[in-house]
Amino acid sequence: MNAPPDKAPPASPHTASAPLADSAPLAIDARGLTRRFGDFTAVNAITFDVRQGEVFGFLGANGAGKTTAMRMLIGLLEPTEGSAIVAGVDVVHDADAVRRRIGYMSQRFSLYDDLTVQENIRLFGAIYGLSDARIAERSEVLLARIGLLESRKELVRRLPLGWRQQLAFSVALLHEPQVLFLDEPTGGVDPITRRVFWELIYETAAAGTTVLVTTHYLDEAEYCDRLTIMVDGSIAVAGSPGEVKRALGVTTLDEAFLHLTRPAAAT
Amino acid sequence: MWRAIRALVQKEFLQVFRDPATAVQVFVIPVIQLLILSNAATFDVPRAGLLVVDEDRSTVSAQVIDRLDGSGRFRVVGVTPTEAGVEQAFLDREARAVLRIPHDFARDLERTGTASVSFSVDAEDGAAAGILQTAAMAIIGDAARAVQLSRGGAAAVTVRASPPVEVRGTLWFNPTRNYKHFMVPGLLVSLTSIIGLLITSQSIVREKELGTIEQLNVTPLTRTQFLAGKLLPFWILAMVIFSIGMTVGVFVFDIPTRGSVPLVFASAAIYLVVVLGIGLFISTIARTQQQVMFVAFFLLLLFLLLSGIFTPLESAPQWAQWIAAANPVKYFVFIMRTVLVRGGGLAEVGSTMAGLAVAGVAVMTLAVRQYHKRSE
Repeated sequence: MNAPPDKAPPASPHTASAPLADSAPLAIDARGLTRRFGDFTAVNAITFDVRQGEVFGFLGANGAGKTTAMRMLIGLLEPTEGSAIVAGVDVVHDADAVRRRIGYMSQRFSLYDDLTVQENIRLFGAIYGLSDARIAERSEVLLARIGLLESRKELVRRLPLGWRQQLAFSVALLHEPQVLFLDEPTGGVDPITRRVFWELIYETAAAGTTVLVTTHYLDEAEYCDRLTIMVDGSIAVAGSPGEVKRALGVTTLDEAFLHLTRPAAAT
Repeated sequence: MWRAIRALVQKEFLQVFRDPATAVQVFVIPVIQLLILSNAATFDVPRAGLLVVDEDRSTVSAQVIDRLDGSGRFRVVGVTPTEAGVEQAFLDREARAVLRIPHDFARDLERTGTASVSFSVDAEDGAAAGILQTAAMAIIGDAARAVQLSRGGAAAVTVRASPPVEVRGTLWFNPTRNYKHFMVPGLLVSLTSIIGLLITSQSIVREKELGTIEQLNVTPLTRTQFLAGKLLPFWILAMVIFSIGMTVGVFVFDIPTRGSVPLVFASAAIYLVVVLGIGLFISTIARTQQQVMFVAFFLLLLFLLLSGIFTPLESAPQWAQWIAAANPVKYFVFIMRTVLVRGGGLAEVGSTMAGLAVAGVAVMTLAVRQYHKRSE
């Protein structure tokens, strides 16, 4: 399918001010995606698209519906209404085909912490149908990149949180997905690891993988090619960081965020 | 297809053997339980406290009391001249039986060759009461005969029992060894079922609690692969536990193997799919390990008590027998006892095995259908 990231040129300085061409094919095309839990509408008819190779930010306060929206896109949650094409496949009708083409890193660490680094990689490699040789090759590349090659026989439980997160990121990339979903990947990690994470995200995007990332950190949002800010289950604003700021007449995304989530405080 | 399942099986084994607590739970505890329970879970009746109301106070009555105390069945806790205090002794559980020897006991026996005593037993445990009553009758009769023989006559003592209790001669006359032959296969089935059901019912729900299931659910792993990957490792473990138990049973408790041992193992292989399948089915529905524990214990109690291991099912009420008809444990106990103790073969247990196989397929199908990678 797409080119393996390890064969791609080294990551170029990829900044939010250089958005991809509008003509790039769509990696995600969500139309009227809605999710209700009883009377509560967690996600209310959101429509947006993500182009291939983009780093797309999903912003919003806690409970705004980011994670719920993401869970519908990766086939973990049935949408109440609406549709979504992910990596060219309709997720409502053929979730397994979507699952083959995407990688996902959950908000909550969800690898097996009583297995070693290598054992986790072998397990998921086998589940994705990679050959032993391919698993060895991929784990070499991915672990070397995050400096975990020496610790491959460590139990995951023994790794510091930052490394565990980077491992989860790497496992999500094991089968070279077309689209990578990251749910608050930098939650709880130190500022240095956060930087490392964004470098990894850029490298991944530069190699052609589309990245959809949710975050609380507005400084991180500046690194996105495009973003949406969700408020109470709906998309309040969407566009590149510059467009969002201009549309709301503010100078920073912080202000934009406050403007949308606490309108009284912003004025 | 198989590659993913193999990887999942490997993963479960790594997790089981890496955790010393699980390994002990799976391999050591069943053996210890089998050893302890086989010796402890017995219907043998211990020496019962006996209060004697001796109104006769003769040498003959003293001889009767001596015999009872020396029989190994009874321990005389007191001899009183009147009925006073009898009720309290029962209530305090100080005495389990009371023997009343009336005035004129010795005289009647000497004159007419017959005499009567009254024997009351605490019938809370009906089976034990029956055993005690039978024992008392025999011992007192012997004592009376001995008295008569020493005087050159024949004697009979009528023992009037109150309250009347059912007498189970079979328990009394069964040597202990035979009892173990009957119980050990049953206990082995219980232990294997308990561990199998508990370990499988925890396995999926634990992944839900830890969140690891989510990472599996975003992969293209199919539901069948996932459940096969959960069934197989625990099936192998349970078969190993069963084999260890059979070895202990045969070599330590000397349980008979009159029928074909491979047939027993083939039945175990089928039976375990049913039990583990039920465990997995519960685990796919439950949200927390706590919920699963409640359901698993409830089912285990029902399954084990209505299995015929501890009490004969034929004496259960009709409705209980209907419930028992859906109890896989009952069928496997039947197969075990039929093959091992009675030497039955495929002709006797074949249809039961087929029934278990159908149940196994059905319950696994339900588990697969119940499991959803995507929540609704």
